[in-house]
Amino acid sequence: MNITQSILEALESLNANRLRSGLTMLGIIIGVGAVIAMLAVGQGAQSSITGAISGIGTNLLFVASGNRVQNVKNPRPITMEDAQAIADPLVSPDVAAVAPEIQGSVDVTVANGKQTTNAITGVTPDYFTMENYTVTEGAVITQDQILGQASVVVIGPTIADTLFGRHDGLVGETIRLNGQPFHIIGVTASKGGGSFGSQDSSIFVPISTAQTRLIHRASVNQVDLIYVQATSADTVNQATEEVTQVLEQRHHTPIGIDDFTIFSQKDILSIATTVTGVFTIFIGGIAGISLLVGGIGIMNIMLVSVTERTREIGLRKALGARKRDILTQFLTESSLLSLFGGVIGIGLGWGLALLIGRIAAATGNAFNPTVNLSSILLATLFSAAVGLFFGIYPANRAAGLEPVDALRYE
Amino acid sequence: MGDPVIVANNLTKVYKMGNQDVCALCGVSLEIGRGEVVSIMGPSGSGKSTLMNILGCLDLPTSGEYSLDGEEVSLLKDDELADIRNRKVGFVFQSFNLLNRTTALANVELPLRYAGITTSRRDLALEALEAVGLKERVMHRPTELSGGQQQRVAIARALVNAPAIIMADEPTGNLDSKVGKEIMALLLDLNHKKGTTLIIITHDSSVAAQTQRIIHLRDGLIEAV
Repeated sequence: MNITQSILEALESLNANRLRSGLTMLGIIIGVGAVIAMLAVGQGAQSSITGAISGIGTNLLFVASGNRVQNVKNPRPITMEDAQAIADPLVSPDVAAVAPEIQGSVDVTVANGKQTTNAITGVTPDYFTMENYTVTEGAVITQDQILGQASVVVIGPTIADTLFGRHDGLVGETIRLNGQPFHIIGVTASKGGGSFGSQDSSIFVPISTAQTRLIHRASVNQVDLIYVQATSADTVNQATEEVTQVLEQRHHTPIGIDDFTIFSQKDILSIATTVTGVFTIFIGGIAGISLLVGGIGIMNIMLVSVTERTREIGLRKALGARKRDILTQFLTESSLLSLFGGVIGIGLGWGLALLIGRIAAATGNAFNPTVNLSSILLATLFSAAVGLFFGIYPANRAAGLEPVDALRYE
Repeated sequence: MGDPVIVANNLTKVYKMGNQDVCALCGVSLEIGRGEVVSIMGPSGSGKSTLMNILGCLDLPTSGEYSLDGEEVSLLKDDELADIRNRKVGFVFQSFNLLNRTTALANVELPLRYAGITTSRRDLALEALEAVGLKERVMHRPTELSGGQQQRVAIARALVNAPAIIMADEPTGNLDSKVGKEIMALLLDLNHKKGTTLIIITHDSSVAAQTQRIIHLRDGLIEAV
């Protein structure tokens, strides 16, 4: 018997038990579908996160208080003065721009009665250029407004929609942050959803205003994070070195442990890649368990099928079927069952991945689940292998039947 | 009698029942000539089925020699036995044993598939079906055929490899007497036309009466020839 004939015969026999074949395949369909969908979502999340991190520029550094590697007691906070010192072009020639930032949460109310709680970010003018924010109307925060601790805000389009039901013609309107009135001076252009929460629902205020009136820290000149832009991607290492020297001097830690941490975009990228990679393997592994369960389902049904067809096996042997013929017949059946399940499962997983992508887009966290060729190949091969593996035992049992006993079987 | 196609010498088959050895065949010797029609009769437990299984190469004797169409069978391995069955033996069973999910034609083609014949397979199968008078029903499934027609398909399947012997185990047992007669007539006709050796295992003395020779078995031994 050649392989085409075996496949045709297997199809015939699977077709004869359509409901049973379908239900058996369901196990593999769900298993493969889950694996494909989960890998796609994982990969989509990974590329979206790395894309978001890459989007912030390869020449950016982030300076934060505390040490993430070693334990340090009473780390000094990062301050506005630290930011100004870093910005000195004589001390750090490889630093192009510096933007301190402070973040907090406030109650937002508007005259029309809408109210919400939203994050606010205290920033300097450089922040907008470094983070690539543009405005659709009005202007961004100026240095004068920083100096004057002005009561002005620049808001994102999403929060504008939430508060006013529109995101144009808003310049000059007033919103209240923790009860204090602020004038809207600009609305930022949409940047789309990011993986760190939507950047379109940000509310920006002058950093000095935030420090004195909205976000209360231990000292008034304290900041949460300093963005440092190196002059180019090639000078990131020199810039890091310069920033380290400035801060070591200012924090009196030239020897001993630094009480601050400098991340580069590369560091964050590699951490994010590792985390999402582990995450993907983890959920893929869980989905893989259902594939295993599906395989056991196949074995179960094949065993039933062997028992049910004992007479048929006896007959085939009487007509001259060798052990190998019977073995091939049952292995072909189980492999085909699994392979079909796998192919349908790929379709299902793909659809599921697209659906998850749509849902994510609808909730404002757009990312593209990516089904790539390697995961399709992997799923196909794996499902066929599952069928083959879990078919071996039943097929062997069939092939080992004595023709005399099998023919007599009722 | 011509040259013998079956030569069996002192065949025994011993089964273990608990601690006891029970012989189903206790030393059977027989010769069957080419083209002969022989029936094997005997009460239940006489060893009929065991003898048929051994003569049909479905099973091996515990001891004794058996040669079928000039080939010594008693020392063969499983796959070699399968090969012998495929080439030299055609089976007709009481309950037809057709595959219900395929057509009559596919059922008849089955032995040829295992023989590895591909090109002339369809023609040979059609020819066999024509020989049993089922030319019009080749694409029917067994469930769409009457009992007699199903047995005809089974006979065509037994014929298709041009075997040396056809073993028929109660071929008329599941059929009414009229159809049974037709099937017997067909088998005898085929023996007449093609010269295929025919061995019929039966309870029915009217069936046995139509054969040239009756072998009576009792308690694993041949009673009278």
